[in-house]
Amino acid sequence: MRFHLSEEQVAIQDAIRGTLADCWQLEQQHKFADGEADFDQTSWDALMALGLGSILLPDSGMGLLDAALVCEVVGEAAAPGPLIGQLLSVAAVAHTSHEAAKAYLAGLEAGTTVAALALGESPYVQCAKAAQLFLAGGRDGALSLIEAGEGVTIEAVKSTDRSRPISRVSFEGAKSHELFAAGDPMVSKIHDAALVLIAADSLGGAQKCTDMTVAYAKEREQFGQPIGRFQGLKHQLAHMALDVEPARAQVWYAAYAHDANLPDAERAAAMAKAHLCDVYVRTTRAAVAAHGGIGYTWEYGLNYWFRRAAFNRAWLGSPLQHRARAADLAGW
Amino acid sequence: MDLSYGAEAEEFRKEVRAFLKEAWTPAAELRGADLKVFIKDFRLKATDKGYLYRAIPKQYGGSEQPVDVIKAQVIREEFGKMRAPMEMGGNGMNMTVPTLLEKGTEEQKELFIRKTMSGEYIWGQGYSEPGSGSDLASVRTKGELSADGTKWIINGQKIWTSQGMQSTHMFMLVRTEPDAPKHDGITYLLIDLNQPGITRRPIKQMTGEEGDHTFCEFFFDNAETPVSWQVGERGQGWYVSRTTLKHERASIGSADGLGNQFKKLVELAKETGRIGEPIIRDRLAQIEGFVLSHRYTSFRLFSCSAAGEDPGNVQLMMKLYLTEIGHEMALLAQELIGEYAFIEPEGAGGRGPRGPRGPEKWMDQIMGSLGNSIAGGASNIQRNIIGERGLGLPRDLAMSGEK
Repeated sequence: MRFHLSEEQVAIQDAIRGTLADCWQLEQQHKFADGEADFDQTSWDALMALGLGSILLPDSGMGLLDAALVCEVVGEAAAPGPLIGQLLSVAAVAHTSHEAAKAYLAGLEAGTTVAALALGESPYVQCAKAAQLFLAGGRDGALSLIEAGEGVTIEAVKSTDRSRPISRVSFEGAKSHELFAAGDPMVSKIHDAALVLIAADSLGGAQKCTDMTVAYAKEREQFGQPIGRFQGLKHQLAHMALDVEPARAQVWYAAYAHDANLPDAERAAAMAKAHLCDVYVRTTRAAVAAHGGIGYTWEYGLNYWFRRAAFNRAWLGSPLQHRARAADLAGW
Repeated sequence: MDLSYGAEAEEFRKEVRAFLKEAWTPAAELRGADLKVFIKDFRLKATDKGYLYRAIPKQYGGSEQPVDVIKAQVIREEFGKMRAPMEMGGNGMNMTVPTLLEKGTEEQKELFIRKTMSGEYIWGQGYSEPGSGSDLASVRTKGELSADGTKWIINGQKIWTSQGMQSTHMFMLVRTEPDAPKHDGITYLLIDLNQPGITRRPIKQMTGEEGDHTFCEFFFDNAETPVSWQVGERGQGWYVSRTTLKHERASIGSADGLGNQFKKLVELAKETGRIGEPIIRDRLAQIEGFVLSHRYTSFRLFSCSAAGEDPGNVQLMMKLYLTEIGHEMALLAQELIGEYAFIEPEGAGGRGPRGPRGPEKWMDQIMGSLGNSIAGGASNIQRNIIGERGLGLPRDLAMSGEK
């Protein structure tokens, strides 16, 4: 019986946190948000140098839980880059029997080949300009790896989420490798895994906003007191923590159920995605409100998480849509 | 992550099963006193095997087992499956005995532990007073030494004592040093409730519940207890009352009650023909998001406890989380029962025959869920605890001198 993190897992999270602290501070966030790029090579290389690309290889001794722990820290930092697409592309390519696609594995694992996530019906894809590959397909269709270049049209869009800018992408006549045919269980597994990783990114972001707000409430004074002393605000902060911390175990469970192939894995992924995205949106709103005026400024930076929460919520299906699916899956 | 208990635990499970097959076979015709004797005998056998009273030393009738939360969990599960009785429940086992084991005198341990384990002594909690709720350390019930210095003479009032009508004894906080700072003027006393100076009265609750199985209030009018029944030092009662038993408390099944209640809520939506409505389905799944978070967090707490690691802040949140989910379920249940809410359910709040009841029985949960916001540390106190102890926010000025 083990249902909490090992020292090693905590150490990996700390290592990633440290790496991002070196290259992805508010200063870099602002600079990136003001620019045109949808990808930041420095932070990407730093993350990839930690060997994250190999987490979802079948023989890594790790699994979706470990991938989720990584995505949590990346969400905490609101770091750029198509990490979820990258990790899932490695998993999909490693499991496929499609030989030509397998040639990409080494580059994907090293992070030198960048893969964006283009699952579902939406034309909007994060980091599309930087990607050499796209992992694409609907839950009921085939799962394909599409090569950037001829046949791929990319039209940049002004994005709400400034940490992972999107483009409108179409794949008419692009060069595509079918990794798994429609109906192959791997297709829905990859979709479910994406939901769990979005939930993990949301968990990290929500925790970060809670921590920032608590720190601010200890330091900001009004009426001659740190505002965190006032019960009205203290109770709001308690509720932010109450929303986030117990939900952490739901992400763990969904990832564990996926790794262990439990019968409720698909439903657990849908529930975790729905719940954590709600938590993230609520927490970022509460964080801005608790900060007061400073939280409403661009300069302070809370808006990066607020925007990322808005993206995660709608990404690959909203909470309502996943709860409707969860209701169906429960046979209600 | 791994939710299995491991090979050693499964071996142990076989052992427990074999024991239960042998020892827990009450004949169907056993009733009343005969059944009681059978259960008493069964508990003794189970204690001999090391399955019950694991935290209690052998000299007081326990089985004195090393702490092993996984084994304790296997025992709970197997006894539960066979509906075999476990330890005596109630405040006595949960509060008095652990406190005595930690802080009691040899005489007190000898006097009280066995009789509490056997159910002969039933303990009421004497903490809250009409003027002391969340600010518990403000208790005013007074304890004064008798002229010969052998007895405490007690005057005042205690309230919200569960099992009060059945209780034979009480553990209580009384003010013995009126001039000391409030936390340092309290003494922890044990008292026999059957004496002329004590009057007890049941409290009728908003649910309509009243009578023998409800809360009581107690009036003390020159009630007496021997000085030798004082636990810990005079004036140190506040700190004595903070003693808690850490032994094998964590249970993986602690969230089952909530899970079962949620299943019933889904059943209610089916019974009332509302389960197909998209809004109802969404509300149910939304609530389930919290129920699952609570459930998996209970796994997390259990796992930390098994490994002897500190789970951190999250343990401070579980009571409030549970309370809040209960409110959400009550609100949805109220929507689902519709006009059944017009009808006071038969046997509401445990009164009278409960028989087969319709959807109106949810009024019990709808009202009862409010009790959780109050009992065992009110919700606003829980918010303070999360904010101050959990998040490290500065204490409220009005309470900054508090301990």
